[in-house]
Amino acid sequence: MERTNTLHIKTPEGITFALPLAGPVARFLAWVIDFACISVITMAINMAMQMTQLVSSDFAQAAAILSYFLVSIGYGILCEWSYKGQTVGKRLMSVRVMDVQGLRLQFSQIVIRNLLRFIDSLPVGYLVGGLSCLLSPKSQRLGDLAANTIVTREPKIPMPDLEQILTHKYNSLRDYPHLVARLRQRTSPREANIALQALLRRNGLDPISRVELFAQIAAHFKKIISFPQEVIDGITEEQFVRNVVDVLVQASGTPRK
Amino acid sequence: MIIDLERFIDEEKRYWTELESILDKLERDPLKKMNLSEVKRLHYFYQRTSSDLARVTGFSTETEIRRYLESLVGRAYAEVHELREKPHRFSPVHWFFHVFPQTFRQHLPAFVLALGITAFGFSIGGIAVSIDQEAKGVILPFSHLQLDPSKRVADEERTGAEKDRLAGKKATFSAFLMTHNTRVSLFTFAMGFTWGIGTVVLLFYNGIILGATALDFVHARQSTFLLGWLLPHGAIEIPAIVLAGQAGFILAGALIGWGRRVSLKKRLRTVAPELVTLLCGLAMMLVWAGIVEAFFSQYHEPVIPYHAKIIFGTLELAALMLFFGLSGKSKEKPDGKD
Repeated sequence: MERTNTLHIKTPEGITFALPLAGPVARFLAWVIDFACISVITMAINMAMQMTQLVSSDFAQAAAILSYFLVSIGYGILCEWSYKGQTVGKRLMSVRVMDVQGLRLQFSQIVIRNLLRFIDSLPVGYLVGGLSCLLSPKSQRLGDLAANTIVTREPKIPMPDLEQILTHKYNSLRDYPHLVARLRQRTSPREANIALQALLRRNGLDPISRVELFAQIAAHFKKIISFPQEVIDGITEEQFVRNVVDVLVQASGTPRK
Repeated sequence: MIIDLERFIDEEKRYWTELESILDKLERDPLKKMNLSEVKRLHYFYQRTSSDLARVTGFSTETEIRRYLESLVGRAYAEVHELREKPHRFSPVHWFFHVFPQTFRQHLPAFVLALGITAFGFSIGGIAVSIDQEAKGVILPFSHLQLDPSKRVADEERTGAEKDRLAGKKATFSAFLMTHNTRVSLFTFAMGFTWGIGTVVLLFYNGIILGATALDFVHARQSTFLLGWLLPHGAIEIPAIVLAGQAGFILAGALIGWGRRVSLKKRLRTVAPELVTLLCGLAMMLVWAGIVEAFFSQYHEPVIPYHAKIIFGTLELAALMLFFGLSGKSKEKPDGKD
């Protein structure tokens, strides 16, 4: 089966959005953190139980056994239920358990996926679960398959800052509004996006590649619309592409000074 | 055709910011309940942002805005649909006396299968020990079961009269039994994911151990001791393990899906709450069995007469059968649900 690192979901409103899936490494690291949390919690409970040894060492030992059992099984269930699919480890690794259809989790799903850790952890260190993640197209371990859950990455994507490419300097193309309108009409979103991405990533290119790239993009836009020679003269091809992107992104307004 | 991205962002940004703020609040405080006006605001912003995403996907120049709006819509989608679900108050008493036994009866064939496999293993273990006493050493994993039953009974009765072997250790032993048996049961259930093969193996092996032990004591003419020792806790513990097998077979049945035209996802979604009910129920049974085994079953004559223990175990078994057979039945529909 073809592996995918995103899950596309179509909403009843007819919109399709993509959920980036968490890979085995992120999940394993989250589990390591959670294992450490479980160890700390059980150590803390054991230390508290030491106090009850003064009353009854039998009771203290029984409480220690029960607490370890309840914490090791209940930690994942309680955290994922209380924090909508996240444990401490998952929160730190910015991953979250979700329903495979993009909805929030049902309690039974959380219980099933956590109880099936008994199989996923076989024979040691979650080897079965890890293999299942690697082989599953949606990076699901066996518990996820049974519970219809996935684990998604939750990178916080900030509002994009377009100011870095919009210099608000004089743009000679704006002196020809009818040509600008024609350019906007004839340029597809994909073409415009290529030009914009080239500008956003220009500093990551080596100088020769940068010049070649912008030369190709400029040539392409010059084929779409013929601007007068005086518009193109005296500016580099990168500047021309910047001017083109400026008019594509900002349709309105006079050039800002 | 390209939209005017700057104007688009200027007009819509405040709605995205507002939606992000609501989602951040919900994630910071997952237990927060929203009032009606907050729900309406969330729904409005979600729909508006979805519409903006559609415009950006169709007519925009760049992907950063689209990725941002996708992440917002994805986060809001789950919140909106979760809010549409009707929450219901959980009643432990109703769950125990109605939901649990009804769920058991709904999947009675799976229980019968699990019981049958255990019984088959019991008979194989009994036959093996009956034919060849040396088989005991191979079949039985516990050292205390390797002893000659008559000697063991004599030893138990003598030391029991002199001192309490479990003095100062009963609670620890009880906790160990509860956790160990629950782990074994959960593992038996989890092996249902192997299309039930692992569950069959575990139930069968469990049956073999039981059968070998039982027939060993029967051949040594220690049946009374056997019943007095096993019945008090076994009347609950053994059915709990079989229940775990039932849950495993329900899971296996959902995976296999013979004769059902429903997708795998839907089958698993349907059985998930029922599996959780059975697992929680059997965990409670094993807690009780652990207490009985540590505080009652280990004491023999002359401390506790065998007939008292046998009567106690028999009453437990009868109560269990009545519970699973009759509890919650009056409100049950023909399909077995409330």
